[in-house]
Amino acid sequence: MSEPIALKLTAKDFKSDQEVRWCPGCGDYAILAAVQGFMPELNIPREQIVFISGIGCSSRFPYYMNTYGMHSIHGRAPAIATGLSATRPDLSVWVVTGDGDALSIGGNHLIHALRRNVNLKILLFNNRIYGLTKGQYSPTSELGKVTKSTPVGSADAPFNPISLALGAEATFVARTIDSDRKHLQSVLRAAAEHSGSAFVEIYQNCNIFNDGAFDPLKEPATRDDHLIRLEHGQPITFGKDGQFCVVHPPGGFGLEVRETAATRPEDIVVHDATVTDPAYAFALSRLPGLDLRNTPIGVFRSVERPSYDSVVRAQLDAARADVTETPEQQLAGLLNSGDTWTIL
Amino acid sequence: MSKQIRQLDRVVIRFAGDSGDGMQLTGDRFTSETAQLGNDISTLPNFPAEIRAPAGTLPGVSSFQVHFADYDILTPGDAPNVLVAMNPAALKANLADLPRGADIIVNTDEFTKRNLAKVGYAVNPLEDDTLAGYVVHPVALTSMTIGALADLDVSKKDAERAKNMFALGLLSWMYSRPYESTLRFLERKFAARPELVAANVAAFRAGWNFGETTEDFAVRYEVKPAQMPPGTYRNITGNAALSLGLVAAGVRSGLPVFLGAYPITPASDILHELSKHKRFGVLTMQAEDEIAAVGAALGASYGGALGVTTTSGPGVALKGETISLAVALELPLVIVDVQRAGPSTGMPTKTEQADLNMALYGRHGEAPVAVVAPKSPADCFYAALEAARIALTYRTPVILLSDNYVANGSEPWLLPDVESLPDLRVEFATSPNGEDGTTFLPYLRDPETLARPWAIPGTPGLEHRIGGLEKADKTGDISYDPANHDFMVRTRAARIETIPVPDVEVDDPDGDARVLVLGWGSTYGPIGAACRGLRQRGLSVAQAHLRHLAPMPANLGAVLRSYDRVVIPEMNLGQLAHVIRAKYLVDAIGYNQVRGLPFTAAELETMLEEVLKNV
Repeated sequence: MSEPIALKLTAKDFKSDQEVRWCPGCGDYAILAAVQGFMPELNIPREQIVFISGIGCSSRFPYYMNTYGMHSIHGRAPAIATGLSATRPDLSVWVVTGDGDALSIGGNHLIHALRRNVNLKILLFNNRIYGLTKGQYSPTSELGKVTKSTPVGSADAPFNPISLALGAEATFVARTIDSDRKHLQSVLRAAAEHSGSAFVEIYQNCNIFNDGAFDPLKEPATRDDHLIRLEHGQPITFGKDGQFCVVHPPGGFGLEVRETAATRPEDIVVHDATVTDPAYAFALSRLPGLDLRNTPIGVFRSVERPSYDSVVRAQLDAARADVTETPEQQLAGLLNSGDTWTIL
Repeated sequence: MSKQIRQLDRVVIRFAGDSGDGMQLTGDRFTSETAQLGNDISTLPNFPAEIRAPAGTLPGVSSFQVHFADYDILTPGDAPNVLVAMNPAALKANLADLPRGADIIVNTDEFTKRNLAKVGYAVNPLEDDTLAGYVVHPVALTSMTIGALADLDVSKKDAERAKNMFALGLLSWMYSRPYESTLRFLERKFAARPELVAANVAAFRAGWNFGETTEDFAVRYEVKPAQMPPGTYRNITGNAALSLGLVAAGVRSGLPVFLGAYPITPASDILHELSKHKRFGVLTMQAEDEIAAVGAALGASYGGALGVTTTSGPGVALKGETISLAVALELPLVIVDVQRAGPSTGMPTKTEQADLNMALYGRHGEAPVAVVAPKSPADCFYAALEAARIALTYRTPVILLSDNYVANGSEPWLLPDVESLPDLRVEFATSPNGEDGTTFLPYLRDPETLARPWAIPGTPGLEHRIGGLEKADKTGDISYDPANHDFMVRTRAARIETIPVPDVEVDDPDGDARVLVLGWGSTYGPIGAACRGLRQRGLSVAQAHLRHLAPMPANLGAVLRSYDRVVIPEMNLGQLAHVIRAKYLVDAIGYNQVRGLPFTAAELETMLEEVLKNV
């Protein structure tokens, strides 16, 4: 195989002529810039890239990308993208969605796209609030969230998107943060390299309706003590001075955070994103508390499983392998199959 | 003993039994034998939604009616001449449909005290005068089948299950049917279990020989082949014909067919059939729900495939928002609605035409789509091609309104020459269409079809974004401009309204009819048979049938106004009549019935006769 030709695209090539219309200060700007900046790395011609979104602030994203794109309807982007990806394996298909779009109205499509392992890169912008409809609580809002639609606090427990994706046995699951461009791009890179569904949760600040939701993960004073930066093959330690670590206590099902100083080095869990059993990544996803302490970011899980697209493609190829007739001849044969009779 | 042979021009037989008795299979095989002989045929399966309702009960009765004749026929027949009743429930459920003098073949083995009690027969109807007006043939079907298989290595249960083949053998003998295809069928069906091939063949032969030897059946019948146009035929159901029409649309357009579907009665057979045709590049996906099914189909269309979704009424309701998106995106999409009795779950295995309003109007905003309806089982093939043609040429969603009656009914189909099928090839956009030679305008229309360019992902230089937000004319950019929205709404309406469709043809052989019967969809057969009946009695009546419900044929208004009376029979409460009255200011009379069953020709004939008297 010959080396692919370097396309020499730049971030500018991925900017469309449309004026970007998010609120000033919205986290979406940072994500857009990071994605546009990352796209040239793919070395895929722009016409081979498609962004499909649903409804919500984040779902305006395709308008701003100078690729092919569709701003579809609420919650349905994974379904539409599945039909496109299954019929057009030559394309790089990206889904942009939000916490309401993906987890509320479109929850069913999300989990089924993930279990099928459709070759999609799904970017879920999670701001834990409904922005476009002006401030109602979302399925990721914390219990008791006071909003316009829940003046005395929400009564329903939130989804943990990473846990949910792992429950659907997604083959690639990661989390990153809008404000950390370097990390965001590293996660996008890993997602793009993955064959099958790649699910990326991006913590995104809505400065109008839920400002500061992720501040503890962003403020220089607190972030290092809150964030667990997952790195494949590395012992999981974190904190300003690496003072915390993650262990798997005997007798328990999950993982726990301990003080590194009081832990034997061999007891510290070494991160392995390739563990087949999603239970390990699930346990990681359960570490954060309500105060966002112990929030892992990075790639939770990255395992190989044939994509839906490749399986259906293989079935079509196998069925057509011995076809020698023209389609018209084939059709004539099909119409004339079964019990036929002739009247002269 | 030589039997008397009597010639008949037509016969209607109804096979009825428990849902586990294999009546659909028996009817299917009898139909196939009959087709081989060259009779014209029309069939009507009727079965419960429950897979196995409690054995021997009325709700568990499954039947299959076949009408065959030595001339061309239009319906499965109003009333059976022969009823095969495999148990007391089957007798009770069907007796009211039989005209006096009809033959009833009953399986006496099932007429036990317990089975009689299950359906409320205090006295065995074979022993009192319940059946006095009929010609009853008591046959110990089960025990004779078991007896015939005594020497074979099969369980008693398997032997008993072969009783439907005994019944088929007997009926095949009675009507002098060629049975070679049935023997071949049994060999194929039970290829993995040779002992069952032997058992079923033996049961079939035992039934045949029983007819030959018993004195109870003194007469054997013949129905000569019908005069039909020359060519090769096959018997086909509407769902099978519709599936083949979609495969043909793929071949004739050169596009891959993508079907997104969620299982739903009575449309699932289309998913089953299309999933067999991967050799044609047909990709089927059983989606997680109705919405995903249409979404995936739309995604496939966006990528340059012929996107199709198949469902029934409840599914169309769920798909509404995505169909509206397809209206806004102006992409091809075929939505097949095999209608069933509603609302809600309704009667899933029974027929109705009550989704017309939903097809025409059932979306938010001004969201017009084209609507096409097949008139008979074989016509589903051509209706599917027509739906695909409109979708591809005019880049629009098209709703194909089939129903349970045509979907599961069957008739002989004169197989078309593939080259005679419409050429559906399309051209994707490949280069910028703006005046400057570099800009691509995704909503710049073809002046003739008003279709926008189909620029599929992967085409260099045409990268563009589309979406559900209102778009500016030509550029497709987001637009909230009042004048632009008004223009786009009107343009989307005009796109559908100006699709050229063939004029509606009027069947008025005498040329002096003052009453026109207008129908759409599956009522074609019963209406046609009723008109024939009237004409045979010297009465004049005209028939017109709509294949295109949106847009309607250009000549329809003139046709309607040229008659003193327009009668519209529908299996709903007057949905087409409402449209006709609103659109053409014609005082049409509705004749409406929603019993889950097709019209009988006789009731339409009676109704029309009344109308004729009063013009």
